Amino acid sequence: MYKYFPHTSDDIQQMLGVIGVQSLDELYAEIPEELKLKRELDIPSEKSEVEVRRIIGDLAAQNKPLLCFAGSGSYDHYTPSVVPFLASRSEFSTSYTPYQAEISQGTLQYIFEYQTMMADLTGMDLSNASMYDGSTATAEAMLMCVANAKKRNKVLISATSNPQVLRVVETYAKYHNVELVKVPAADGVMDKAEAKALIENDDVAGLIVSQPNYYGIIEDFSGLADLCHAHKALFAVNSVASALGVLRTPGEWGADIACGDAQSLGIPMNYGGPYIGYLCTKNELVRKMPGRLVGATTDAEGRRAFVLTMQAREQHIRREKATSNICTAQGFMCLFVASYLSLMGEKGLREVNEQSYAGAHYLHEALLKTGRFEDAFGPKPFLCEFTVRVKGDAAELRKALAEKGFLLGVETEGMPGCLTIAVTEMRSKQEIDSLISNI
Amino acid sequence: MNNVYYGRLVFELSKPGRVGYSLPKSEISGYCISELPEGLKRQSKTILPECDELTVVRHYTNMSNNNFGVDTGFYPLGSCTMKYNPKLNEELCALPGFNRHPSTPVEYVQGSLKVYDEVQRTLAEISGLSRFTLNPYAGAHGELTGLMVIKAYHLQRGDVARTKIIVPNSAHGTNPASAAVAGFKVVEVKSLPDGTVDVEDLKPLLGPDVAGMMMTNPNTLGIFERNIPVIARLVHDCGGLMYYDGANLNPMLGVCRPGDMGFDVMHINLHKTFSTPHGGGGPGSGPVGVRKGLEHLLPNPQVEKKADGTYDLHCDAQSLGCISSFLSNFTVIIRAYAYLLSMGKENIPMAGKLSVLNANYIKECLKSHFELPIEGLCKHEFVFDGLRPEYGGDHHDPAHVTTLDVAKRLLDYGFHAPTIYFPLLFHEALMIEPTETESKDTLDDFIAVMKRIAEEARDNSEMVRTAPHNTPIRRLDDVKAVKEPKFTFKNL
Repeated sequence: MYKYFPHTSDDIQQMLGVIGVQSLDELYAEIPEELKLKRELDIPSEKSEVEVRRIIGDLAAQNKPLLCFAGSGSYDHYTPSVVPFLASRSEFSTSYTPYQAEISQGTLQYIFEYQTMMADLTGMDLSNASMYDGSTATAEAMLMCVANAKKRNKVLISATSNPQVLRVVETYAKYHNVELVKVPAADGVMDKAEAKALIENDDVAGLIVSQPNYYGIIEDFSGLADLCHAHKALFAVNSVASALGVLRTPGEWGADIACGDAQSLGIPMNYGGPYIGYLCTKNELVRKMPGRLVGATTDAEGRRAFVLTMQAREQHIRREKATSNICTAQGFMCLFVASYLSLMGEKGLREVNEQSYAGAHYLHEALLKTGRFEDAFGPKPFLCEFTVRVKGDAAELRKALAEKGFLLGVETEGMPGCLTIAVTEMRSKQEIDSLISNI
Repeated sequence: MNNVYYGRLVFELSKPGRVGYSLPKSEISGYCISELPEGLKRQSKTILPECDELTVVRHYTNMSNNNFGVDTGFYPLGSCTMKYNPKLNEELCALPGFNRHPSTPVEYVQGSLKVYDEVQRTLAEISGLSRFTLNPYAGAHGELTGLMVIKAYHLQRGDVARTKIIVPNSAHGTNPASAAVAGFKVVEVKSLPDGTVDVEDLKPLLGPDVAGMMMTNPNTLGIFERNIPVIARLVHDCGGLMYYDGANLNPMLGVCRPGDMGFDVMHINLHKTFSTPHGGGGPGSGPVGVRKGLEHLLPNPQVEKKADGTYDLHCDAQSLGCISSFLSNFTVIIRAYAYLLSMGKENIPMAGKLSVLNANYIKECLKSHFELPIEGLCKHEFVFDGLRPEYGGDHHDPAHVTTLDVAKRLLDYGFHAPTIYFPLLFHEALMIEPTETESKDTLDDFIAVMKRIAEEARDNSEMVRTAPHNTPIRRLDDVKAVKEPKFTFKNL
């Protein structure tokens, strides 16, 4: 019949006989005739494997490669060959959500490892088993703030957050009737005086800040956690996950919630997904935490084993009173992160950051030396991403470089004439020099 | 699956000094993170392990041997559509040409944008709707997005009074949860004894405060809602919109389209109906479709095919807003495209019909041993209410063998369990969905095992109640996991 259908005509006849109908169409006898589609679907005919491979192969080839000097939420980091190899184990990829723990210890164990690693990197007590992406993870952090405050409905978010994150958080806020207030930026960082004034009104459920921020700048959050806590607000920090190997952690800043995207930990860019949102928090907020959680317990013979737990928070029990509607998220991507971090370890993660730091600072300095760029905000501490103002037309420059095979950052939103540029350990000195000589 | 339990964690394999990666020597000197102000740097050591490459490979491979997947065995998992995940799709989505930065100028990603547009168009034809967004990440995310479409529709008409969403009591748990996240009040409508929506119970719920109604058709009992034209008319007459939960779309493929049933907004789970792997809990994909007149409300950014045949990204000012960082789980969309191209118009309708054939066959073969609450033809799935009384399933007997026991005993025989204790309409619900990719031989094996378990429940109930016996680990202590919560290695 067809390669994905195992039925022979004999099988079908026998099965119809057991059911007591004459034809496959009779299985739909109860559906009113006027609802039925009385024609073929207007889509192409079936294609062989050879043809499908040709069609999709041609489309992949239409995507012209550009040497990546862009970040802003997606980073071109090194993925060890072991990571996709292990991810191709179909015992992992073709499994369902691990509700039957006795036959799902593989999935449950790597999620437990992922939870341990993310909680540790962020300096928090625990992590959930993934969110869709960094933007929706931040939106869920906002909903956690509101759920925790009960009678407060206002959440502050730094205007220096990535606009992609801001737009998604704004959407969730609008539809969930949360009053989202942007704390303005001053000189490329969140205006702490403005934040203080807003929090001191005693009507704020939480404050969300970003690290490094959209412009690549590493912000100083000293005092913010104490300020929030003194006014019964939660403090949430959105970070680029790989940077947590070297930057002060959300936990060390005193945060209650850490959120963001963990694509930077071994996941390919894949034109935007799949990535993995992470959400970590303190023990006392676990019941406000959305998403699945894996816990350790024992089996009937006393062996340590892992299981989905605290499900009383979730939608299949609590329905409209659940902490969120999150069900299927990005569980499989936990395997990417866990295997990546197992290979890299602390040393590897540090080396990735050091090399990215060196490459970014080298490029930054070289660009300023050309005289055609200046810092968008004067000298600021940054890791692997920075924002410069182009003397001339930034969009034209980016376009001209694309024609030469370079993706020179992104056009900085809200800052006409500026580009936000990133360098990772994937860029050799030769590639950076080649970019500079092409400018 | 290997029955030798591998229970170690990677942290327990760590030994100081090992490395599992290699990076080029840096050719750039003179820049070091130590230059950063002290207060901005990480203060603490990490827990990350130190492992060589083989240690990591063996660790995760051993873990995979303790895992069940579609490639290892049959999943009769109701409402989850665990069909075969074709390998060609895996090969094609991993082509290096698709691994692009999401902010790449559109001229350089025309191939990717075409994949998106083609999938969007194909789903629209299959569903009988006008246009789809592929931006939602999963079914529940699609529900949320679809409900935002409904809310935006009413608000843009200046109708602010529509605060309620009607949901049948048989609905998937995500329906009411998504409605709540979208800021709606949830109102439940009752089911008739045959499992379909009680139209008489619905009528008094309708009014100027109703934003819409969410339905699954066939519903979670696998029953086609024959009154759907009446229900859609009633909801439309009161000014509401109809939302179709596409979790159960599989049996309807090419036979009966949601748009033709009267639905205005819907989501599809690509990881159910269109064969992309479930991944042990995602990444999935939850495209949302709308009927003509609602397209502008779909989330930004939108992929647009221009008159000259090229593709662009654009943002509509009237859109509900953004719901994802970029264009969602792009490699999942590529997989679905490969599936749609492979299957074509000839096989897509056949998938639905064979899934219905398989479900009815199991139902007819097992109703002698399991309690079938609703007789008649089902669609892709059906529900048993536990074992029949003569097989130890009498609910009134405190020592009865439960649905959980049956589910756990199935694991001993190498089958995944059905969906259990859902829908909530029955005490001992056991919901079976075989999908079209399972052979009669597999179904016959499953039927024989289910009958054998029923006989065991009658003759040796203790053995069933203490199952599983042959799995890598035995039944887990769920209560301990909640009472002594341990979410990280540090807590062990």
